[in-house]
Amino acid sequence: MTVTDTPMIEVSDLGIRLNTSRGPAQAVRGVSFALKRGETLGLVGESGCGKSITALALMGLLPDSAVVSGSVRLDGSELVGLSDANYCKLRGNRISMIFQEPMTALNPMHTIGRQVAEPLRRHTGCSAAEARKEAIALLDRVGLPDAGKRVDAYPHQFSGGQRQRITIAMALACQPDVLIADEPTTALDVTIQGQILDLIADLVEERGMSMILISHDLGVIAENVQRMMVMYGGTVIESGETNAVFTRMGHPYTQGLFRARPRLGAPKGTRLTTIAGTVPELADLPAGCTFADRCAIVEARCRAALPDVVDVGVAHGVRCLRTDVSMATPIGAGT
Amino acid sequence: MSTPLTATVPAIAPATRPATGFRRRALRLRSFVLGAALSLLVLGAALLSLLWTPWSAYDIDVASKLHPPSAAHWLGTDVLGRDIVSLLLVGARSTILVGVIAVGIGLTFGVCLGLIAAARKGWTEELIMRMSDFTFAFPAVLSAIMLAAVAGPGMVTSITAIGIFQIPTFVRVTRGSANAVWAREFVLAARAAGKGKFRITIEHVLPNILSILIVQATIQFALAILAEAALSYLGLGTQPPQPSWGRMLNDAQTLLFQSPMLAVYPGAAIAIAVLGLNLLGDGLRDLLDPRLARER
Amino acid sequence: MTMLDQSSAASETPLLDVRDVVQRYTLPRESLFKPAAQVHALNGVTAQVRAGKSLGVVGESGSGKSTFARVLMALERPSSGSVSLLGRDLNQLPADELRRARRDFQMVFQDPYGSLDPRQTIARIVAEPLTALGRIDRGALRERVAAVLRQVGLRDADMDKFPHEFSGGQRQRIAIARALITQPKLIVADEPVSALDVSVQAQVLNLMQDLQDQFGLSYILISHDLAVVDLLCDEIAVMYLGRVVEQGRPEDLFAHGAHPYTRALLDAVPRARAGSGRRRRGAQAIASQSSGTTGCPYASRCALADPHCRATAPALRKVGPGHLAACHYAEAVMALPPVAAEGG
Repeated sequence: MTVTDTPMIEVSDLGIRLNTSRGPAQAVRGVSFALKRGETLGLVGESGCGKSITALALMGLLPDSAVVSGSVRLDGSELVGLSDANYCKLRGNRISMIFQEPMTALNPMHTIGRQVAEPLRRHTGCSAAEARKEAIALLDRVGLPDAGKRVDAYPHQFSGGQRQRITIAMALACQPDVLIADEPTTALDVTIQGQILDLIADLVEERGMSMILISHDLGVIAENVQRMMVMYGGTVIESGETNAVFTRMGHPYTQGLFRARPRLGAPKGTRLTTIAGTVPELADLPAGCTFADRCAIVEARCRAALPDVVDVGVAHGVRCLRTDVSMATPIGAGT
Repeated sequence: MSTPLTATVPAIAPATRPATGFRRRALRLRSFVLGAALSLLVLGAALLSLLWTPWSAYDIDVASKLHPPSAAHWLGTDVLGRDIVSLLLVGARSTILVGVIAVGIGLTFGVCLGLIAAARKGWTEELIMRMSDFTFAFPAVLSAIMLAAVAGPGMVTSITAIGIFQIPTFVRVTRGSANAVWAREFVLAARAAGKGKFRITIEHVLPNILSILIVQATIQFALAILAEAALSYLGLGTQPPQPSWGRMLNDAQTLLFQSPMLAVYPGAAIAIAVLGLNLLGDGLRDLLDPRLARER
Repeated sequence: MTMLDQSSAASETPLLDVRDVVQRYTLPRESLFKPAAQVHALNGVTAQVRAGKSLGVVGESGSGKSTFARVLMALERPSSGSVSLLGRDLNQLPADELRRARRDFQMVFQDPYGSLDPRQTIARIVAEPLTALGRIDRGALRERVAAVLRQVGLRDADMDKFPHEFSGGQRQRIAIARALITQPKLIVADEPVSALDVSVQAQVLNLMQDLQDQFGLSYILISHDLAVVDLLCDEIAVMYLGRVVEQGRPEDLFAHGAHPYTRALLDAVPRARAGSGRRRRGAQAIASQSSGTTGCPYASRCALADPHCRATAPALRKVGPGHLAACHYAEAVMALPPVAAEGG
C-alpha cells in the first residue's frame, strides 16, 4: 500500500552553503537518498567531506548563516525552511541524533534521569513521575546496570561507554522515526564499540526506525548498514547496497580509502597504498569532479563539470566518468 | 635510500590562510573601536596638557569664579576661578600616571608570583595564593588610609596603595591561565625534550597567556582610575594644587546646588575613561580569543 | 639458538630495559577517616627493546599505556621498578645527565593540534630538543631543522610558518621531525595516527616505516589499533589494567593468541568486507582500575574464567618461543581456532 511505500525520510538534491573564514563555500551539493521504515544507511568519508553537515541539516541544526537548497521530507512533510519553533517539536521527538563525544554530550550538572526524561516531558507532556518511570525503563533497555538506583547519578560517575548508552536512551525516549548516529563509537574503546553498535542495531530493528550512521571507518559501515554513501568534497561519489559496494568498489576515492587501511597479518615491510595529495578546503573546491586533483586516472573532461552518477550495478551508483578504467580490476573484499 | 622517501611522499599542499585580516576584524568590532577611541581621547588629553592648555590650571582668579561656559572659558570656571577645561586636561595626566604605574606594579609582581605558583605547585603555590587572598580581602581604601597615615597623603601613596591592591587579581588570573597551559601537550613535549620549568615558563607559558593578561590589564586600568578618583575625593590622593578629577568632584560637592555642572564635568571625564577602557578590554578579548581558538 | 647466539644475545645490552615498573596514584581523599584510595596505573610491567627493533603496546582506556609512555620518557617517576636506557637507570641519573641522555630518546604525541605550541614558529618547535641540550649557533640550527623537515616531506620554507597553517597530517610530520632532530635511537610514539584520517594515516605510517628503515630507529608504538602496530613492530605487548597480559611476535599473537583479551581485541575490530553483517557480542562488565583485587584482572570479562582464575593472579609466563602470556589456560586459548581477520 502507498502508506508503507512512502519513504520515512527523503532527501532530494540537498545543497548547503556555509560562511567560512574565506567566504561562502558550498559544503554539500547534490545529495539525494530515501530511507523507508527500518532501513539503515551509512555515510562514510573523511574530515571535511560534508557528512556531519548533512546530518545537521536534517536536524535543522545548521548555523543561521547557512543557506539550504533542495528538499528534505520527513514522512512527507518538508523540513527545509521550517521555522525553528516547529523544528523544535520534531527534534528529539520524531528525529533524533546521537553525537560522537559522550563526554560532552551530557550536561554535567543534571542527573541522568532528568536528562533522559527531558525529551519525554517536552514532547509527550507526561508528568514527572511517569517520565521518571519511563526513563528507568529506557536506561535498563540500553543495558545500564542497576538502572533503578543509578537514575539519580551524575554523568561523571559513568564511563564513556555507559555515557553513550545514556545518550542513546535520551535519543530514543520519544520513539523517533529517524535516528542519526554521528560517529557514535569513534571515541570509545574497540571492545565497547561492538556492544554499542549492536545495541543501536537492536533498538533500530525493534522499533522499526530508519537509521543514518555516519562514520569514517569502513569496517563500521560494512558491518552495520544495509546501504551506504561515500562522500568527498561535499558530494556523494558512490552509493549502493553495502555488500555490492564492498564486493566491487567503483570510485577511485573509495578504492583509495579501502586500500589505505593497514591490514592485520600483512607481510612485514608492506607499504600502505596512499591517495596522493590532501583534502581540498571547502572554499577551494574545483568546478568539476571534486576528486580530480588527486585522481590517478583523471582526464580533461573530469574537470569540466561535476560528473553525473553512473549505474555500475543494481542500485550501485558511482559519480565518475571513468568507471570503465576504475572498475577494470575488481577492488574490494568479497564474501 | 633517500630518493625513495621523497618520491613516495606526496606534494604537500599547504593549508595557507590569508593574512587573518586582524585589522579588518578589529575595525568592524564596535566595542573595540569605541573603546579605543575613548581611551585615546583621554590619553590625548593628557599628552596635550603637556604642551598646551587654554589657561594655566594653577592660575587662581577669584574674580572670575563660577562663570558659566563662555568663549574665554569653554566649560566655565570653578570656585577659585580656574579654567575647568585646563583642570580636566591636567587632571587626565595624574589619572593616567596613577593608572599606568599602579597597574604596572600589579602586573609585574602579580604575573611573576602567578607564574611561580603555577610552575612550582605544592606548598609554594598554596603560600602565594593564600597571601594573595589575604591582600585581596583587605579593603583597599582602608589600606590606603593606613598608608596615608604613615607616609602622608599624595600621589605616591595612592599609587602604592592601588598598586598593591592590583597584585592579587593578576596573581589569580595568571595562575589560572598558566595552569591551563601547563596541562597542554606541547608543554609535555618540551619537558620530554628536557627543558626545565623556568625555560618552559618563559618560552611557552608566558606567550600563551599574554593576551589574557593584556585584557585583564585594561580592566584593571579602569579600576585603578576609579580608585584614584575615590582616594582623591577622600583627600588621600593627589594633593592641591595638583589637579585631579576625584578632587574636583569633592570640591563640587558643596556647590552642588549653585553650580551642578561642576560635578558633571569631572564625573563625565571619569566615566569616559572607565567606559573606554572597559570597552577596549572587551573588544581585545573578543579579538584575541577567537584568534587563539582558530589557530587549532 | 646456539651457544654463540645465546652468549652474544646476553652480552648485548638492550636499548631499553623496563623492569617491574609499578605506578600508583593516590586519589583525593573521600573522607577524613579513611585513607585515600589508590589507583594502580601500572602493576608490574617488564619489557625489553633491542636496538633497531620496535615494540608495540596495545591496550584500551585504563590499560595504563599512556602512563607507561610517560614513565618510559622519564616524565614521571615510577613508584617502583626501573627504566634503563643502554644500561643506565634513568631515574637514578642526576638531572643534568638525564637531560643529556634525552638526546637518545624522543616522543611523538597523539594530538597533532595540542602538541605544537601555537605561538611558536615551526623552526623553534622542531629545534626544541636541540635547544634544550645547550646553546647552538643559529645558522647551524636552521640547517639541521631544514634537513629534518625535508626528511619528513616538508619544505624548508615551512620553517617560518605557524602550526595553524598546517593540516593534521602535516602537524604530525612536524612532530615527527621534532623527534628526529637529535638523531635518537628510540622514539616513543603515543597513538601517533589515531587523530588522523585514514588516507593521511597511511601517509604518516609509510613515513614512519621509511624512517625506521633509513635510520635503524626503534619505536615503542602505543596504539589501540592492532593493524597499525602490526605494520611497524617486531614485538607486541598487550596491556590490560596496568599489566602486560600477552607479549610476542605479531604472527604469534594473531594466529594463536594465548590470552582471551587478545582474542577479544582481534574479534572486536570491525571488518571492511562484504557480507560482514553484525556479530553478537556478549555483555561485558566494565572493570575498574583501583587498588588491586586478587585474582586475574580480566576474570570479570572472561568467558573461560573459573574460581581458580578469580583467586590467583596468573603470572606472565612463557607459552612458546618469544611468546609470553598471563593466563592459567593459555595453552587452551592457543589451541582455539584463530580469529578470522580481514586478511591482506
